[in-house]
Amino acid sequence: MATADESAAEEFAGVVARHRAQIFRFLLSSTRDVDLAETLTQDCFLKAHRHWASFRGESSAMTWLMRIAINLQKDHWRNRRMQFWRHTQTNSVDLDEASDWLPSGERSVEQKMLAREQVADVWRAVEGLSERQRTVFLLRYVEELELKEIAVATGLSEGTIKAHLSRALGRVRTEMGRKQ
Amino acid sequence: MKHKNQSESSESSQEWEGKGLDAQEAELRASLGNFKASVDAWSSAMMSRPRTAHEMVVRRTWRAAAGWALGCVVFAGSVSGGMYEHYREQEQARVAAVRQAEQRSQLAAERAREEEDLLAKVDSAVSRQVPNAMEPLASLMAEDENDATR
Repeated sequence: MATADESAAEEFAGVVARHRAQIFRFLLSSTRDVDLAETLTQDCFLKAHRHWASFRGESSAMTWLMRIAINLQKDHWRNRRMQFWRHTQTNSVDLDEASDWLPSGERSVEQKMLAREQVADVWRAVEGLSERQRTVFLLRYVEELELKEIAVATGLSEGTIKAHLSRALGRVRTEMGRKQ
Repeated sequence: MKHKNQSESSESSQEWEGKGLDAQEAELRASLGNFKASVDAWSSAMMSRPRTAHEMVVRRTWRAAAGWALGCVVFAGSVSGGMYEHYREQEQARVAAVRQAEQRSQLAAERAREEEDLLAKVDSAVSRQVPNAMEPLASLMAEDENDATR
């Protein structure tokens, strides 16, 4: 019995090691709040640990964890709306600060500036999306999940996901076209 | 099997995206690629940063304590200010009442003195001594008054 528990614990530790970075990245891009993303990531794995025995492997562990993370994020915003008089301050970084992060590659100054502008355009477009559109967009273009995986993680149909992605891309195009 | 399904799914996703993201939209592709790279870089940097949870808790605790202290000072100040104002008003009212009472008693004493002076003048004006020659007339007047009263 003890060995079964131990092996389950080891298995779960492996899941945490494999997927923690991705869950944190998704929550960070969704909230733009480092502290909140860390808290929600911890909550996500805590919840996953509690329900690990009920995970039957019908979907991948990644999509299962992503589903938990999406629900936690929804609950967080819902509670925040309900408790607006208790805590109005937000730690989200602004779009300019978020756009400053670029991979340190061999690029010229012009290329870096162009990349920064492009990232800022996408952040502005993401800012204007609805919660659901933003989730679908980030899962597709940051986490690079397939449409089927997004469908499992969000509980939406593939048709709905395509519609959301189409609108989100339209918004990105609009943001990019504004400067031209 | 799962790998095959994934690759099929990947193809279908790319097919669908092909409609929206054709070759002429290279800039859009570049923007999305840079966006992903940016989020990756940010996330990796935040994952590997030293944890400052304790410091933040302490800072938040200090901030909360400072907020409470400031709130208490403001509250105590407003309460004591209100109390002082109330006490000052009461004191002023008491002093005014005492002054009014003093003025009233001074006025009453002055009037009493004036009345006394007046009465003294009247007494001195009215109570002249009757000359000796008028004594019989005076006694007659006194008798007439006694008859009238009977």
